[in-house]
Amino acid sequence: MDKAAIETILAQAGTRWDRQAGAISMPIFQTATFAHSELGKSTGFDYSRTSNPTRLALENALAAAEGGDRGFAFGSGLAAVDAITRLLQPGDRILVTEDLYGGTYRLFAQLSKPMGIEPIFIDTSDTAAVAAALDQSKAKMLFVETPTNPLLRVADIPAIAALARAAGAWLVVDNTFLTAYSQQPLAQGADLVLYSASKYLGGHNDVVAGAIVTGSPELSERIGFFQNAIGGILGPMDSWLILRGLKTLALRLDRQQVNALAIAQWLQQHPRVTKVHYPGLPDHPGHTRLQSGGGFGGMIAFEVQDPERVPQILKNVKVFLFAESLGGVESLITYPLVQTHADVDPALLAKLNINNRLLRLSVGIEQVDDLIRDLEHVL
Amino acid sequence: MRARTRMIHAGRDRDPHTGASSIPIYQTSTFAQEDPDFPPLYDYARGDNPTREALELAIAELEGGAAAFAYGSGMAAISSALMLFNPGDHVIATRHIYGGSYRALTTLFKRWKLEHTFVDASDVDAVKAALQPNTRGLLIETPANPLQQITDLRAMAEIAKEHDLLSMIDNTFMTPYLQRPIEFGFDVILHSATKFIGGHSDVIAGLAVARDAELGARMKRIQNTFGAILGPQDSWLTLRGLKTLAVRMDAQQKTTAQIAKWLVEQRAVRQVFFPGLPDHPGRAIHEQQADGPGAVVSFELADGAAAKAMLKRVQIPLVAVSLGGVESILSYPAKMSHASMTAEERNIRGISDGLLRLSVGLEDADDLIEDLQQAMA
Repeated sequence: MDKAAIETILAQAGTRWDRQAGAISMPIFQTATFAHSELGKSTGFDYSRTSNPTRLALENALAAAEGGDRGFAFGSGLAAVDAITRLLQPGDRILVTEDLYGGTYRLFAQLSKPMGIEPIFIDTSDTAAVAAALDQSKAKMLFVETPTNPLLRVADIPAIAALARAAGAWLVVDNTFLTAYSQQPLAQGADLVLYSASKYLGGHNDVVAGAIVTGSPELSERIGFFQNAIGGILGPMDSWLILRGLKTLALRLDRQQVNALAIAQWLQQHPRVTKVHYPGLPDHPGHTRLQSGGGFGGMIAFEVQDPERVPQILKNVKVFLFAESLGGVESLITYPLVQTHADVDPALLAKLNINNRLLRLSVGIEQVDDLIRDLEHVL
Repeated sequence: MRARTRMIHAGRDRDPHTGASSIPIYQTSTFAQEDPDFPPLYDYARGDNPTREALELAIAELEGGAAAFAYGSGMAAISSALMLFNPGDHVIATRHIYGGSYRALTTLFKRWKLEHTFVDASDVDAVKAALQPNTRGLLIETPANPLQQITDLRAMAEIAKEHDLLSMIDNTFMTPYLQRPIEFGFDVILHSATKFIGGHSDVIAGLAVARDAELGARMKRIQNTFGAILGPQDSWLTLRGLKTLAVRMDAQQKTTAQIAKWLVEQRAVRQVFFPGLPDHPGRAIHEQQADGPGAVVSFELADGAAAKAMLKRVQIPLVAVSLGGVESILSYPAKMSHASMTAEERNIRGISDGLLRLSVGLEDADDLIEDLQQAMA
């Protein structure tokens, strides 16, 4: 295919690989190893940790969707983060978005830091703060979530990419919330894109997976080496499920965004809701930065007036499922303070206002009236 | 190649394209075609799917047939094979037949005017006596389920040849590792691959093997037209199971023989049915035509109350239908595999209310015996 639109790339993910049988759907190569016809001759596949045809089809699809050099699939989003941190050495500093997914925070604070890689948490939606921190820290890497989890703050990717480039730091963008369908960080100057593919890419809450897409052959070579040497790979069945998920990503996100906007607008009117974080609302600080992109995503955070009501809300929802994770076809409600962000420094949580009144919604593809009725009932 | 090697390498033992040691799971419905004038190897996965094909090639080779077909269940395999007959044809079936096959013959196929007579196929003369001018087929099981009656394969194949009958056998209990009826002249070999071939109680599957290519072509048309195919994931699981069939069967048979011997000594047990016991009727014939006694043992307790009490007390075997898995399974034929028969029909077949059937798994023999002992007490 010539350079096709993202919807086409997604719908055709994994097709045209299998010239032998012509199968439309990528076969699941549930195999550990590959037979060689003779010494020194390989089919291109030797051992499935190194490369597996099903995983490769997913990796190629992700690279195409993201407009990157190569894709790499991992057993989880955090396994992908881990591979990225291997680019750094003891003594290096890394600038990290302060309102970050709790698992990524834990990896930097509790694993990277003892290894001598110092994380510095900053507000990456504040471009001036990024410039100052890069200047002061001489960090080797700028690791950004945008929109952030759970407060949905939006970074100015082209601006911070220029700053990072000037400072000689890699820019890594966690694109889990918007995906390549709505946001293409490599085209805006990022060096690496990171995913928890368990979320929107897979989209069915049925597989845990992670991915990296690289912006250059040099980084591909290094990340590929880490993937094979550490071995935190994604298995063939799970690779196939993510490929299957990619095919409906555009449709799902379209619907999720429409639903999320309607819910955010409704929440804003509700007397018992004191604050709504959704970039699709015109008064959200990140609204204009995403306006030229493909959408505002399906994630909403909001504060309720009375924290005493939170347990009842979580207990009584009927359509929303009270669960961690996000991005699936089913709507989920999460309590960040005790679920996703339990391992974050309490002082940082307080500074960020991730408090006992904050709830997070991952809006699914259900009928939006049912979702609103469900919230109305519990609020 | 010897049997244990064949289990691993029969058919297509690696992916011809990449060399992958495990055949890929082609989870696809259709196949892209390059030139409409040259039909491709694969066009639609009901007709052919490379994963299913690998399983079919393997079982065909293991049974020594020309072609094989994988179905969504053992009953789909048997029903598809019965489609080889025409309305008005007559089939002689062993009286000691699996309850599901019994139901298919007496309801579905009867409605389509396929006539049948049940006879004790372990009695050669009884089979001959049941022949009619319109008899076209013979369907047997040996050892039979659940009482393990032995039918003489060579004698049956001779009758079939002489009278131009299509001879069919359900080879589920033995698998091709222990018994290859095509060598004795049988035409169609049927399997519930759910049992020993899959071996992990995790997939429902059926297989049919055709003796020659002409019969294979007819069965292929039925498979594609009827469409009761096995999906790729299940085909792959069955292939995976096949690889350990020999080692599983070796171990399971050994344990079963120990348990059968122990059962014989128990006062609470009235009778034990296992082809490995010295006094099992037909044992000599079985040893001529099979390489082992299998891993199913049936035994009779005093009455239904005793059987039900034991079912309640066993800890290790699962109380369930099905058999052939790595887990031991204890079943109650009167209420499970043969529930589709009337009490009268069961009585004719010697399936009493005190009868239990044990499919012996890979657990430790002493653990199983201790458990049976406490459950029987």
